[in-house]
Amino acid sequence: MSNTDQSGKRLLTTASYGGGLTFEGDDARVSESATAIPQRRLSGWSFAALVVAAIVCLPLISVVWLAFFPEENIWPHLFNTVLSTYVINTLVLMVGVATGTLLIGVSCAWLVTHHDFPGRAFFNWALLLPFAVPAYVIAYVYTDLLEYAGPVQTTLRSLFGWQLASDYYFPSIRTLPGAICMMILVLYPYVYLLARAAFLEQSASIAEASRSLGVSRRARIFKVALPMARPAIVVGLSLVMMETLNDYGTVDYFAVPTLTAGLYDIWLGMNNLGGGAQIATLLLIFVMVLIGLEKSSRRNQQNYQPSASRFRASSRTRLTKSKSVAACLTCFIPVLLGFIVPAWILGGYTITYLDESLNQDFKKSALHSIGLSSVAAIAAVGIGILLSYSKRLHPTRNMKFSVGVASLGYAVPGAVLAIGVIIPFAAFDNTVDAIAERFFGISTGLLLSGTVFALVFAYTVRFLAMAYGSINSSMKKISPHMDDAARSLGHSPGTILRKVHLPLIRSGILTAALVVFVDCMKELPATLVLRPFNFDTLATQVYQFASDELIGQSAIYALLIVLVGLVPVILLSVRIDRSGELSTQAAPSETTRQRIILPTG
Amino acid sequence: MIIIRITIQLSHLATVVSTMMYRSLQLAGVIATALFTQSVYADSVNIYSYRQPFLVDPIFDSFTKETGIEVNTVFAKQGLVERLKSEGKNSPADILLTSNFGNLAAAVEAEVIQAVDSDVLHSRIPAEFRDPDNLWFGLTNRARLIAVSKSRMADGAPTSYEDLAKPEYKGKICTRSGKHNYMVALTASVIAHAGLDNARDWLAGVKDNLARKPQGNDRAQVKAISQGECDIAIINSYYMGAMLADEEQTAWAKSINLVFPNQADRGTHMNISGMALTHAAPNKANAIKLMEYLTSDKAQSIYAEVNHEYPVNPKVQPSELVQSWGEFSYDSLSLAEIAQHRTEASKLADEVGYDN
Repeated sequence: MSNTDQSGKRLLTTASYGGGLTFEGDDARVSESATAIPQRRLSGWSFAALVVAAIVCLPLISVVWLAFFPEENIWPHLFNTVLSTYVINTLVLMVGVATGTLLIGVSCAWLVTHHDFPGRAFFNWALLLPFAVPAYVIAYVYTDLLEYAGPVQTTLRSLFGWQLASDYYFPSIRTLPGAICMMILVLYPYVYLLARAAFLEQSASIAEASRSLGVSRRARIFKVALPMARPAIVVGLSLVMMETLNDYGTVDYFAVPTLTAGLYDIWLGMNNLGGGAQIATLLLIFVMVLIGLEKSSRRNQQNYQPSASRFRASSRTRLTKSKSVAACLTCFIPVLLGFIVPAWILGGYTITYLDESLNQDFKKSALHSIGLSSVAAIAAVGIGILLSYSKRLHPTRNMKFSVGVASLGYAVPGAVLAIGVIIPFAAFDNTVDAIAERFFGISTGLLLSGTVFALVFAYTVRFLAMAYGSINSSMKKISPHMDDAARSLGHSPGTILRKVHLPLIRSGILTAALVVFVDCMKELPATLVLRPFNFDTLATQVYQFASDELIGQSAIYALLIVLVGLVPVILLSVRIDRSGELSTQAAPSETTRQRIILPTG
Repeated sequence: MIIIRITIQLSHLATVVSTMMYRSLQLAGVIATALFTQSVYADSVNIYSYRQPFLVDPIFDSFTKETGIEVNTVFAKQGLVERLKSEGKNSPADILLTSNFGNLAAAVEAEVIQAVDSDVLHSRIPAEFRDPDNLWFGLTNRARLIAVSKSRMADGAPTSYEDLAKPEYKGKICTRSGKHNYMVALTASVIAHAGLDNARDWLAGVKDNLARKPQGNDRAQVKAISQGECDIAIINSYYMGAMLADEEQTAWAKSINLVFPNQADRGTHMNISGMALTHAAPNKANAIKLMEYLTSDKAQSIYAEVNHEYPVNPKVQPSELVQSWGEFSYDSLSLAEIAQHRTEASKLADEVGYDN
């Protein structure tokens, strides 16, 4: 265990430099070469990872391929007319949503992990609730509430005796700022979830060390805690940015012309799929640049958590009365606006339209949703573990690149990704069919296209970024000395993964599974295009009504998505807490210790 | 204490839920195996539909009852033509149902549909509502109408699409997005009749008269009139029927009068929903049977009653409500020709900044 002691010591010493929690230069090189495994012994891992990454990339490759065959060159027209509007709106939307989610997500995570105030235990998980509300649903709900004919403005008019729209000013919800607010409300949980996990993983010894060295409270947040949590926060933020980029439901409903809205318009309105694919490719490049910039800005930074045996949870500061009120309000407002208000309105509609809605077979759609989302969550988590562990074993340039590309699926708008899935699947099916016909005289028809397998595949590709991001940021915090120690005892990488890494990154895995599950529940555009005959999910049911602005009839399905999404949110947040507390008891429990210590030989 | 108790309750719930999730996972496995091998019924017909299920399901139900042929559907708003194209000759789909003419034009262009030679279809559908080469067939018609406020536009209401660009209506008009299919089709018809430059001036004129940024669907425009946000809107005829069927929305529908535009000249612009036989069509015979059924008196009157559209089959009467609006003359320029101007129309909306 001397290696781990050393890493703990290094954390202590580097902390004294005021936040430079880094393994710099030589150290990084030493640990990397030590972790990397001789090629011939473990090519299985890298081979598997590269094959999986290649398969996952297929839909993206299809989209880029389509971009080479536009019906006509769209750029002169776009350049002369709407391109600047598209680009400016997209940038404003992204900056706005990123700022909002960052502020809410990080400050709430910091409050609940490091402070004690009335309601803390409740907010701890309640802050995740808006996560279960699809962005298109919250957009419908708030439009209903705040538009000219809605209850808010109607009440104001009757209170003040206004007659017409021109008599007073009321901000319109169907605008760019409106879209920014809607997206912040449902997307901040990504940042909150990952920031909270990162704060929980920070050992109290670090805070104590910095305190003993006279670092002020403020500096402890900005120079120690935040930089250490940065990789996780960045993962959350990049998920938010990609979700914002690929959103079509909200911007379409609010009629905000963004690049994504433009993409659909060129594809469907101008019947130019290739032109649409060009914009999709542009979005992809944009995301790659963004991720690249972030990575290079912390190239020399690497943080390791101390081994479980040295880990102690930070104690929470009790807040004074006035500060408690402020903390409560800070945590309550996002929950109120992001969850309670929409759930309340949906609940009201559900009751009004209950008889009408009950005719529909929503038990079946609920089962479809839950089944598909569970399978996709397992698949995405499995692939996420494979990719991040293989990258850890073989941090070659090739591996980093393929893993990076494989997790870009999230940046592609759903319906476009669906076309990207259809093309390789149909090509595979038709090739198999042609071969079978030629050699055996039988037609195999379509094997994969139009099956639930295609749906699960699309979900996995689309949400792999979330699974991989969460797992990888957890795994990165495990000191490479752990791997070295285990391998020096003669264990295979598979055993090490099972006995060392997996127990340590359990909360990361749970987070990944949770996020993917909930997002699959909400997924709409790809589901619509790819699904088999007579197959409905909760989201497709919501859409079928809501697309015709029959929000009342769609409410029961929307509410079901929210409720079913809630179960894992609550379940897993309880477990994350508990697993956090388990491994944080001052004297590490026997179970934790046993899990870490390997039998020799 | 309460919080602790809730936590304990929650962890109980968590155990129950995790067993439930495990069970549903097992169930998902069963569903997956069942669906993985796509069931091909001996007597079935498969449909890719851009039309919403609640409009067509009643008709399919009665078709199955009468013929014993199972109808399987996938509904999506976009991407079905692309799916057909990729699946190629092995596609399981037999029929493509579309909600507007744009989809049909896209299917023709992608070469995913085949001609149907059916005397029944010929005799039931007037020539202007089907493809000269028999590639597609119209099922229903909708008129693009002008809705005006009963109380505020009693006099001086616009009588043509061209009127909407007149300065006297400044700040009075509401429409949906200029890039929406129905608006694009209307602009395309103006291009077809008046030429590109005149159409640009027209669209810019309408844009100048808008009371608010384009948003919502046609129904939302009527709602805006009833609430006093604007006085004039452009809507598809069937939305009136839909609103009158809803308790809350009846008031909106009652606040407006309908104007059938351009009665003095070319007639009102129409759009169709339609169908086509796919190129692969593994169940061709059944598919043609269903296509013919969709134009039958029975199916056409369901269309008329459920969605208040104009049936293409001239023998079938529109719904009582639609009949009460009386006879009118419609634009008889072929849809295929109007469709050629779709891309131009969509670009015009960008050029005049209609949605900004």
